[in-house]
Amino acid sequence: MALLETHGVTKRFGGLQAVGQMDFVLDQGRIVSIIGPNGAGKTTFFNTLTGLYKPEEGEVIFDDHKLVGLRPDQITTLGIARTFQNIRLFGSMTVIENIMVGLYPRLKQTGMDALLRNKRFKEEEKYAHARATELMAFMSLKGVGDELARNLPYGGQRRVEIARALASNPKLLLLDEPTAGMNPRETDDAVRLFRRVRDELGVTILLIEHSMRVVMDISERISVMDYGLKIAEGMPAEIANNPKVVEAYLGRGAATLADEETVNESA
Amino acid sequence: MSSRAKVGLALTMLLVLVPILGVRNIFYLEVIFQIAVFAALALGLNIVVGFAGLLDLGYVAFYAVGAYLWAFFGSQQPYLLHAIPGTAPPGTPFFLPGDTFYVFIALGVIVAALTGLLLGLPVLRLRGDYLAIVTLGFGEVIRVLANNLDKPLNLTNGPQGITPIQRPTLPAELLVVLRAIMNPLVGHNVSEGDFYNLFFYLTALVVIVVVILIVRRLDDSKIGRAWTAIREDETAAIAMGIPLVRLKLYAFAAGASFAGAMGVLFSASRTFVSPESFSFMQSIGVLSMVILGGLGSIPGVILGAAVVIILNLQVLQTFSLYLSQLRQSDAVIPIINFAWKDLSTQLDPAKYQRMLFGVILIVMMIYRPAGLIPAARRKRELLREDEADVDQNGGSEEIANGAS
Repeated sequence: MALLETHGVTKRFGGLQAVGQMDFVLDQGRIVSIIGPNGAGKTTFFNTLTGLYKPEEGEVIFDDHKLVGLRPDQITTLGIARTFQNIRLFGSMTVIENIMVGLYPRLKQTGMDALLRNKRFKEEEKYAHARATELMAFMSLKGVGDELARNLPYGGQRRVEIARALASNPKLLLLDEPTAGMNPRETDDAVRLFRRVRDELGVTILLIEHSMRVVMDISERISVMDYGLKIAEGMPAEIANNPKVVEAYLGRGAATLADEETVNESA
Repeated sequence: MSSRAKVGLALTMLLVLVPILGVRNIFYLEVIFQIAVFAALALGLNIVVGFAGLLDLGYVAFYAVGAYLWAFFGSQQPYLLHAIPGTAPPGTPFFLPGDTFYVFIALGVIVAALTGLLLGLPVLRLRGDYLAIVTLGFGEVIRVLANNLDKPLNLTNGPQGITPIQRPTLPAELLVVLRAIMNPLVGHNVSEGDFYNLFFYLTALVVIVVVILIVRRLDDSKIGRAWTAIREDETAAIAMGIPLVRLKLYAFAAGASFAGAMGVLFSASRTFVSPESFSFMQSIGVLSMVILGGLGSIPGVILGAAVVIILNLQVLQTFSLYLSQLRQSDAVIPIINFAWKDLSTQLDPAKYQRMLFGVILIVMMIYRPAGLIPAARRKRELLREDEADVDQNGGSEEIANGAS
């Protein structure tokens, strides 16, 4: 069953078409990657899905809801959570507070409840704390809950960002280059973690990724974008041998993807 | 000392010591009253600037709204709508009885909060510098309105300001009882005016306790966390499902409401308001209290208000008085051997007061940029000792592995 569908989504900035006529279907429970050279429009596509950008044309349907025109916070409440390409944590809040912020759409307390410290407020705060602790354990973040988020090392911050996104109980998790800047060992850990998120929490995952190692390892399907257009789609093996993809990455007449892979690894 | 003992000590000081000292020397009472008023203002501004990170340079406008609200209804002004300022016929009655003051503290909260929403709505799309400029403009608009709304209908009595403004009545029987207690303690007969000063001081204390309670509870809730998230990173906050518009409006309204309450209190205690009390410098003053004390820190902001008020009312004034005396004496400036009295009037030491205040601010910002009492995040993870040990090690190992 399709969890997310887009039909002809187009986003322009002035004369530049960042995303053009994007048709995309994502089935529930999958791990799917979007790849493409820098500036291909991948992040812009993410931003139109999450409501940060409003597409000029097209439709986004998520879980039977039309998303175009909704505010980002409404879309998050419907069940799409995301992380950012350059980590965007709330630096001077603690790790556990960051995750509790992620719980915002799931808490029903009002300002009046907070002022009165009534039963609903106390129960919700207890729940929020328990849920955040649970997610920290899941993300191997136990023991750093009271650290300021900005004091964590890079890998830890990445995990906090994912924990924060998961706090809203999303159906779909969008990861924007989640392994950028990681060494091979950290990358392997991250890939395992993504699988656990899907298998144990049942969250569908859509990721933008540059590392071919990760993409080929984890993706069940891959979409390739170039100059704002989707140029290919399919299983990892199909994509690896698709001449259009090789061309987009390495230019006309380039060699095989195997070479391309090494280029990416050393970059 | 346990926190309960601390609170007890503070209450004893504020409720017993200060009133006695204050009635003996009314100047102290004035200082501490001003500290209380400005601490409430600073706590309100702290919600907007410190928690939500919205730079508001026109905060004093909400204070003005509260002050003029009571100034209008608590004076003869409603009967003078068609009178030229300064030509009130003698014997004009007051519009509302003085005891409605208490109702008006609540009304001040509501009206100021609505004004906060009014300002918030059009400026919500603005960030940072742009927001600061618009709020600055808003603050000036309110002051200029107060200055000019003596025509076509005389609402504010123009630059002359409104006076007299009523105070709530202190029942005669209560005064008798209070005198019986206070006179022996103070050593002279306490006048009704002194009791009014005490009364406003205590009312300010009550307001400030309520304000602290509200601010703390909001800060430690979903709303407070959302405010901080907005301050840290708006884009990430909105991606977390936080409705930006609504929470910014909450911040504006909550911050404004405290200023409204204090405005009502201020106009009643002075029995006089004029547009001059609500200048841009006042907004900057409150902002400097917030920043000096520690953005986002509740005890810091209160301390900031105390320090700024004491500096301006007492320390710096005494200092410039001392310098003026030097100037009239035959003393010379050491090292350069220059007689004080030959100093030109442009260099009048009395003018150094504000300069010194500025220097203090600069030095503070260099050496304590986070303020006197920096905001600290609450420890929440709450691990038990034994467990904490193991987990801490496990955690740091993991993180060490995660470091690249």
